[in-house]
Parts: sequence; C-alpha cells; structure tokens
Amino acid sequence: MLSILRNLDRRLIFLMMLLAVAVPILLQSRFPEKPSGLAQAVFDEIEALQPGDRVLLAFDFDPASEGELGPMATSLTYHCAQKELRLYFMALWPVGPQMISNVIQDVIRRDFPHMVYGEDYVDLGFKSGGEGVIKVILTDLRQLYTTDARGTPLNRIPMLEDVTDIRQMDLIVSLSAGTPGTKEWVQYAVTPYPHDLRIVAGCTGIQAPLLYPYIPQQLPGLLGAIKGAAEYEELVMQAYAGEDPPARYAEARRRMGPQLVAHVLMILLIIAGNVVYFTEQKRGRR
Amino acid sequence: MQRSTMLWTLVMVVAAAFLIGRTLQGEGGRGSAYVRVVPRAVDEDHPEGRWQGVERVDPAEYWRAQAADPAQTAVRWSPANTVGIWLAALFTLAVLSFLAGDNPVYKVAESILVGVSAAYWMVVGFWEVLVPNLLGKLMPGVIQAWALPGLEAEPDLSYLVPLTLGVLLLWRLAPRGAWIGRWPMAFIIGVFCGLRLVTYIHADFLSQIRNSIVPLVVMNERGFAFWDSVRNVLTVFGMLACLVYFFFSIEHRGAVGKCARAGIWVLMITFGAAFGYTVMGRIALLAIRLEFLFDDWLWLIDPNNRRVVDGATALLQSAGIL
Amino acid sequence: MKRTIPFLIASVAGFVLIIAYFVPFAEGWGESVSIWFDVLAAIAFILGGGNLLKNHLQKVSARKPGWAYSAITVAAFALTLFAGLAKLGATPNPQYPASSAWSGAYRETGTVFWWIYEYAFVPLTATIFALLAFYVASAAFRAFRARNTEAALLLGTAFIILLGRTFAGVYLTSWLPDSLYGLRIENLSVDIMRVFVTAGNRAIMIGIALGTAAVSLKILLGVDRSYLGSGDE
Repeated sequence: MLSILRNLDRRLIFLMMLLAVAVPILLQSRFPEKPSGLAQAVFDEIEALQPGDRVLLAFDFDPASEGELGPMATSLTYHCAQKELRLYFMALWPVGPQMISNVIQDVIRRDFPHMVYGEDYVDLGFKSGGEGVIKVILTDLRQLYTTDARGTPLNRIPMLEDVTDIRQMDLIVSLSAGTPGTKEWVQYAVTPYPHDLRIVAGCTGIQAPLLYPYIPQQLPGLLGAIKGAAEYEELVMQAYAGEDPPARYAEARRRMGPQLVAHVLMILLIIAGNVVYFTEQKRGRR
Repeated sequence: MQRSTMLWTLVMVVAAAFLIGRTLQGEGGRGSAYVRVVPRAVDEDHPEGRWQGVERVDPAEYWRAQAADPAQTAVRWSPANTVGIWLAALFTLAVLSFLAGDNPVYKVAESILVGVSAAYWMVVGFWEVLVPNLLGKLMPGVIQAWALPGLEAEPDLSYLVPLTLGVLLLWRLAPRGAWIGRWPMAFIIGVFCGLRLVTYIHADFLSQIRNSIVPLVVMNERGFAFWDSVRNVLTVFGMLACLVYFFFSIEHRGAVGKCARAGIWVLMITFGAAFGYTVMGRIALLAIRLEFLFDDWLWLIDPNNRRVVDGATALLQSAGIL
Repeated sequence: MKRTIPFLIASVAGFVLIIAYFVPFAEGWGESVSIWFDVLAAIAFILGGGNLLKNHLQKVSARKPGWAYSAITVAAFALTLFAGLAKLGATPNPQYPASSAWSGAYRETGTVFWWIYEYAFVPLTATIFALLAFYVASAAFRAFRARNTEAALLLGTAFIILLGRTFAGVYLTSWLPDSLYGLRIENLSVDIMRVFVTAGNRAIMIGIALGTAAVSLKILLGVDRSYLGSGDE
C-alpha cells in the first residue's frame, strides 16, 4: 500500500481531481447553504437602499475568474434590479465589459425587460489606468467618460444627467479578481471619503484573505470565492425568487457540489502524502 | 516513461473517440447553437428595422419556435456559433492535454492565446480609451464623423501631452533611440508613486491602526461578551506579534523571540487559510470549464433548463421533425 | 539629460498628485495628470502588443527553435487585431442610423471580434487557469508536510478552511451541542478568517504600506533612480 502511495503517478492524481469535479457536476448534486455574516452584510447593505438609489457596479474580472465571480455578478444584479435601484456598470479590466454584457443579457433583459437602458441601467464600459481612473471619477466623471459604452454622450443619458462624480453613488459594488479591484476601490474611493461612499465586494478565493483587514470599517461586506457566492445567492433567492426560481440563479449553489468532493480529495491527498512522509521518517530512524 | 506516455496517449485517444461518438449519436444537434434575429434601428419607415442583428438563444427557444411555425426564420440554427462551440471545446481539451505532458496541441493552443489576448487588449484600449479619450479630445470633429457620432466636445490641446508621451513610449519599439522611452516610463512611475505614497499611508497604515483600536473587553446589552472579547484580544495581539516578527532591528531573543514566534504562528495560520481559499478558487474555475463541456458541448447535463421543452415539442423532436 | 529629465518628470508628476491630495485648488492638476496617465496606460497596451509582435517576428525570421508556434501567435494576433480594429461584422450604432458601420460596437454579439473572444479567448484563458486545480492537488500530495509546529498549523488551518467552506464541515460537526457551537468546523473557519487572517494580513499590510511609501518617496526625491536603468544606453 505504502509503495503504491509513494510511487503514485501524478497523472493519477490529476485523474482523481478530474473525477472529483466532473462526477458531482454530472450527478448535479446540491447541498444546503447556511449564509455567513459577511454574505448577510452584503445583502443587508443592498437591502437598506431605496428604489431609485444609485449603485455603481465595478466588474473588474475576466473569464479566468468567471467560475467564482460570474454567479456573484448574476445574483448581485438580480438583487439590485429587484430593489429597483439605478445601476451604473463600469470596468477597470479590459475584459470587464464582456462580463457586464453577460449580466445585462442574462439577468436584466431576460427577467427585467421593463428596465430601460439609460434610465434604469447604464454601461460605462472600460477605461484604462486602474487607480488613476478611480482618482479622476471621484471628482469628475465626465472628464474621462465622454460617452457610455454604446457611444451615447453622457448628458443625453437621463440617469447620468445630474451625476457629476461617483461620490454621488449610494453604494459601490466591486467584483474583483485582482489589481485593479476591490483593494483599489477601498484605498482610493472609500477611505478618503468615508462619509460619502460605502462599498461591498465579491472577490476570488485568492484575494479574499487579503481584504479581511478592511472589514468591517472600510469594507462592511465581502463575498469570498464560490462559497460567498453560494451564500449570497441563497439569501437573494430566499428573499425574492419565490417557490420556483429560474435554474440559472442556482449556479453558485450548484457548484458547491464539485467543490465539496474536490476539497475532501485535497484533504485525503495531503493526509496520504504525510502518511508516506512519516512512515519513511520512522523507517529511516530505525 | 515512453510506455506510460503511450498509455496516456491511448487513454486520451479512446476518450476523444468516446466523446465524438457520444456527440454524433442520439438525437443529434449536440453542440449546436441557435440565434434570434433582432431588428435594429426600428422606426416608422422601417418597422422591421433598418438592419438586423443577432442574439444567442437557448435550443429550447428554437424548438418552441419551430413547433409553433416550422417555416419561421426568426430563430435559427447558427453555423458560426456551432463551429465556435466545437472550437471552444477543442481548445479546452487542448489545454487540458497539458496534464498528460507538454505536447504540440497544447503549445498551439497556448500560442493562439498569447496572440489573441495581446490583440484583444490593444483593440479594447484603442476603441474604449484612445478613440474617445485621446483622438476624440484632440480632433473631435473627425472622430465624430468617423466613429463616435454622439461625441460632443471641443478640441482640448492639453491632450497633446499624453499623445507626445505615448509616441515616446512607442519609440521603445524602434531599433534606435529607445532611451527616449524612459520619459513616459518615468511619468508612469512618478504617477504610481504619487498615487500610492499618500493612499497606502492613509488606507493601509493609518486606517489599519485605527481598525485595530477595538475594546478588548466587549460589553453588549447582555453584559460581558466573552467570545467577542477573546476575538478582539487575539486579533490585536496576533497583529502585534506579527509586527514584532517583522521588526528585524532587534534580535529575536527572550520575550521578543517568544513574541516573534507567536507572530510566525499567526502568519502560518494566515497562509494556511490563504492556501485553502486558493484551492477553492481553482476548483471553481475547473468546474465552469467542465460544465461548459458537459452542458454547451455534449448536452449531457442541462442545469439551466436550456433544452427543456413542453410535451408537444418534445414529441415532435423525438419524431425527428425538429 | 538621459537621466535628469526622466527623474524630473517622475518627481513633478508624483508631487503634483501628492499636493492635489492636500490642497483643494490643486485638485484639477492632479486630475489632469491622472487622465494623462490613464491614456498612457492604453498606449502601453499597444506597446505590449508591438513588443510581442516584434519578438515573435524576429523568432520566425531567424527560424529559431519553435518558430512555427511564433508564426501561429503572430497569425492569431493579426487576425484578432484586424477583426477588432476593422469592426468586422459590426452594424451602425442604432441611435445614429444614418452613420456608417464604424459607429457600431466592435464587441457586440455577431461581430468577428466577439466570436474570437467567446470561442477562443474565453476557453483558452479560463482553462489555463483551471489547470492549476490539478497542480495544486499534486503539489499538496508531494510537498505539504507537517514537518514542524509551523507547518502543522498551516496544514490544520487549510483543513478547517477546506472543510468549513463546504457542507462537509456542517455534516461532520453538526452533532456538537449548542454550547460548543463555536467549535463546529464552519464556525471555526469563520473565526479563523475574522481573527487570525485579519491579524496576519493586517501586519503584512502595514509592512507593505510602509515599504511602498518609503520606496515612493525615494523615487520621487531621486534617492532611488534604479528604474532609469544603467547610464548610457
């Protein structure tokens, strides 16, 4: 047994990982979700807003992190649309605009067809410069955004008529997979203007631990990795979707199935590796 | 080694044959994509729109439309998108083939990715920033007539500065005089330093100290909150212990050494948690790719009910009419 | 000349932004510098693409080993660039129906650029990142050893997080009575994040902040000019 473990071909480990993720997907296994405090905090921040309030949704991620952040984007947009908030989408990542298009297509146009572009939601598109962009739009939105992503001048967009800078937003929702992302939004927007701006965020697993020092003073709510997405999805669907929510709003909770099996596999692999190590150590000492 | 490579290649070939066979058998249509024709620029003179665009739709929508009116053309099969799905599946498998070892198929996929992503960034930078924010500021009339009919701006010559710096930056590509590229690089570095100097002190130094000033004895409406107090004490002293460990100007011996060791433990717990979260993230990324293969390509699963149709449509479908 | 002017540019740009932070009437200067920076960042994308093209074309023309892959990179680059810049497949902006197709969106569904994004860029980039799931598993088996207390702490925390962030954690310790609620794995994982991860990362954050501020100041004051490279090139 030990010799099998010692000589375990790494491709066999790959195969195990593939099966650990693939089988639960094929079986479509689902598990119950119990929302944690931080997911509840994100939900409560959005819940506290009034219809017509302005929310800036910064989509700073790309397809490489869509597995984690895509479901968050879907349920955050759904929640904001249910609350009848005015949505201002923007991106600091070049691929971010595609992520914005995805939620506009999959959430707003499918389930909220009454929402009017320019009155209820607007896509400001991408601007390069990361923190440089945040710095500018904090004091003057129009210097950088002459038109929206569709080429319409800002002063012809009703929901932007009286918006001069993003300090007028009632909440910033940052979805981030790295730099620039939530960290920059906290550093450059929220920290200097704590009385004007509030932020909640969703981020990848890699980023989540790095953002904890900002909680709760600078960042009241955070959805970390796919688990955070699943918890928030559960909260939003319980509150708004009724008995039979559309299947696409179960994406994060569905993905917790492969997550569980793969995590258990990881633990078993670590234990197996340690068994080999300590047995060999023992033999060596003898 | 060669034998095992052969074995794995065989496994791959069998798997590929199975997948292709599985795809070709049965009700057909696997990996197919459908689009809906969308009228654009609709007005009184053009109720059908001046021209038409397309939108991806679920297969179920196509089947429903066909069941209602077999002659309809508003929702139709899309050869371009179907080829796209197959290509995406092949790209996914090509990248996964790296697990069996480096191979030409993976290298081709990697080379394509490098080329496509560099060009993607350039195109996005050009249309979303350079056209509206540089050219549109310098010669708004030209840009309005050409690409941004909605642009309303007066020429702003201050944008000659970023234009000049940009030209100097691109000079780095020239065989001679690349040193001139240091000027815009110096500007970029200077801006980074200017932005970060104050912000890091404000958000990551002073604010973190302020965030750490919390009551060590927490009282709530029910009196002394033991666990909240323990949490606060551990957070504050954990952070201080880590800082002691980072402080290398004094030798880590005696009480300082013990404190630094506690700091290492806190850091190890931090790294352990980071590892756990990293694993979680990576698995989620794998899950979405496998979902694509099983759902969009092979139609083995249908988690979003994209191919769920009513009984009558299903009947027509099984009879091979749709 | 080759080193003094760049230093002055860096210093002036940096200090303008710092002053703008504290002096209200200088806010506009800071804004201008930031906008120039944002535009320059987009030009850097072109520099990146140009550099890639230059290197790969050199490799192809010199027939260096692996030049065929470089040729593929160049072809993919050229095709994507042409599709995007020429807005292939785009239709005019519906708000301005009289305008040409140049006013249309380069990335809307149906354009060639969108097709390349959807069916080449997305699967390739997402799968390359997904590969790491396999390597992290292999590395965990081979390298993650509880050799000493520190390693054991790291490993134990990873276990708690991996279990606590799925239903496995709930399942394994749901038998614990309510008085020991805090010891259930899912709650332990939350507390580890709230307490230890916050403490550890906060200390790291403070260290990085001080380091960043010190390096920035050294650059802006000209104490550190290493970013300008060596002398006469």
